[in-house]
Amino acid sequence: MDEITETTGRGCVMRGDDIDTDRIIPARFMKVITFDDMGLHCFEDDRKSAKGNHPLDDEKYTGAEILVVGKNFGCGSSREHAPQSLMRFGFQGFIGESFAEIFAGNCTSLGLVCVTLPSEDIEKLRESIELDPEQEIRIDVAESTVQSRAGTMQGDIPPGTKEQLIHGRWNSTSVLLEAGGAIEETAAQIPYVNGY
Amino acid sequence: MSQQGQNLFSKVWDAHKVRELPGGQTQLLVGTHLIHEVTSPQAFAMLRELGLPVRFPNRTFATVDHIIPTEDQNRPLSDPLAESMLSELERNCAESGVRFFGPEGGQQGVIHVIGPELGLTLPGSTIACGDSHTSTHGAFGAIAFGIGTSQVRDILASQCLALARLKVRRIEVTGQLPPGVYAKDVILAIIRKLGVNGGVGYAYEYGGEAIEAMDMEARMTLCNMSIEGGARCGYVNPDEKTVEYLRGRPFAPQGEAFERAAADWRAVASDPDAQYDDVVTLDAAQIEPSVTWGIHPGHNIGVLESVPTPGEANDDERAGIEEAIAYMDLTPGQPIQGTPVDVAFIGSCTNGRISDLREAARIAETGHVKEGVRALVVPGSQEVAREAEAEGLHLVFEKAGFQWRQAGCSMCLAMNPDKLIGRELCASSSNRNFKGRQGSPSGRTLLMSPAMVAAAALAGQVVDVRTIKNEGKH
Repeated sequence: MDEITETTGRGCVMRGDDIDTDRIIPARFMKVITFDDMGLHCFEDDRKSAKGNHPLDDEKYTGAEILVVGKNFGCGSSREHAPQSLMRFGFQGFIGESFAEIFAGNCTSLGLVCVTLPSEDIEKLRESIELDPEQEIRIDVAESTVQSRAGTMQGDIPPGTKEQLIHGRWNSTSVLLEAGGAIEETAAQIPYVNGY
Repeated sequence: MSQQGQNLFSKVWDAHKVRELPGGQTQLLVGTHLIHEVTSPQAFAMLRELGLPVRFPNRTFATVDHIIPTEDQNRPLSDPLAESMLSELERNCAESGVRFFGPEGGQQGVIHVIGPELGLTLPGSTIACGDSHTSTHGAFGAIAFGIGTSQVRDILASQCLALARLKVRRIEVTGQLPPGVYAKDVILAIIRKLGVNGGVGYAYEYGGEAIEAMDMEARMTLCNMSIEGGARCGYVNPDEKTVEYLRGRPFAPQGEAFERAAADWRAVASDPDAQYDDVVTLDAAQIEPSVTWGIHPGHNIGVLESVPTPGEANDDERAGIEEAIAYMDLTPGQPIQGTPVDVAFIGSCTNGRISDLREAARIAETGHVKEGVRALVVPGSQEVAREAEAEGLHLVFEKAGFQWRQAGCSMCLAMNPDKLIGRELCASSSNRNFKGRQGSPSGRTLLMSPAMVAAAALAGQVVDVRTIKNEGKH
């Protein structure tokens, strides 16, 4: 499993708070048994209603790998289809004021980085990227920092998540299986698991 | 045995801890795993790719709810995409030995309705499901939360999750709820007060006189929408109502084992001197029938209030309010009462249970659905449908002009044929008023209690359910 110590790429600014996973990937596109086509429908309804005036359709952000968002990004449904859709569209990292918990956990499971920054820094970063969308944005996972032409900003990544990313333990199945027989031992102590 | 000063969350967490992981996460045993057709097929595929078996097939339970049609559930389903998802789930369950509650078996329904009804949801347990409304099961004093598909894979492979421990916020609702005010209104009021992301990093413990007075189904409605306030799980401490609800349920322990289990359940409740990371108090008497006006559940007001004016909002909220009002096509300052509705939807994991249908029927009985309004009643499970039909509720609804449907998630998220069309505005007993949530990219949703939805269906507009009198009995 890859160790993820940094994410670099051009930024894309998406303004607005409380952007929910129904908007990232509308439910009607989840009537499939694989994630293969999720990238095709990323923000589909928002983009249609914006008639081209959406950051994902803005030429200056074409090829961006880092999405800069506001507060509570990814709220709502637990659908992993949402980060799958963003990843398949091309994003590897997310910088925001805050993220919904299940969304952030799903990102980690896919090796995608979510880092939070204070509100003022998010605004400075937005302005910097809007002014110079060609610049490289770098998220340093171990330091939880964001580097751009606006300077180096101190952000936050929860310690457990950081540990998973930098040590390549973000695909948690193998980590959990390392517990071996301790799983059965714990289960044996719990009455309802054993039919009382 | 429990020490003094522990809350339920700590007791359950510690009992299910397999080990500490580097970085402070816990490897937590998930005692009960629930799956449905939308978020599990990719997990089974990943498991196959890894060459791993399902480790505890008897601790995973499956049903089909999101894509199931509510008019004709005969196989093959008319939508080939829906049929392929159902077939895939059947195949995965059959191959791995997971129990599947399918449409033909009589126990199918929305996963968060059938879990409790079958007695799978037990106090002191850990429950996970690839669905954010898994918090519903917290009504029984379970620690229950939504997960993504990679975590569904983790549980299938190991029966465990890697999680950071949550903080616990006690939400105390004091006093008694006024007539016409339901659990739905309580949770909307809580989200309005604490915000849609106020619960991030927390489990919510709901308590106080108003919560203790609630029956189990009302507690399910309350816990169901914890996630809409950002809290991944919410719970109510188990009490005698919890124990009596579970007595005799098919998957609950039986006979002497039940009494032993009940003693464990009582003991898992938070200790009287339990510690919390935060405490918030609400006065039940101040809560009104609530209605959303915007594009997330925090955008809600009492039915007698008016749509907010962006100019009066703080800087932080103004852009969000403007965006919401523009999408909803409402006018700042207009009373929410009187807003015309095109569609009425009663159902979902939030409000699709028998007590919800009884309350809605009590209102439906007083009149007829307004001409031009499309009104659907979708029972949360086949069992709820049978109970309702035994009580004649389906006839009450049909006589009043509502369509009586079969069990499923239906128009809550419109992955089946039940959808809004164009800009239709729907009075809905579901849980999310997000843009496009009910199947039309430009459709609009007003969340409210089932009784309020029934009242809106009759009036063709948002009305205060407290003004409707029904002296009859249900």
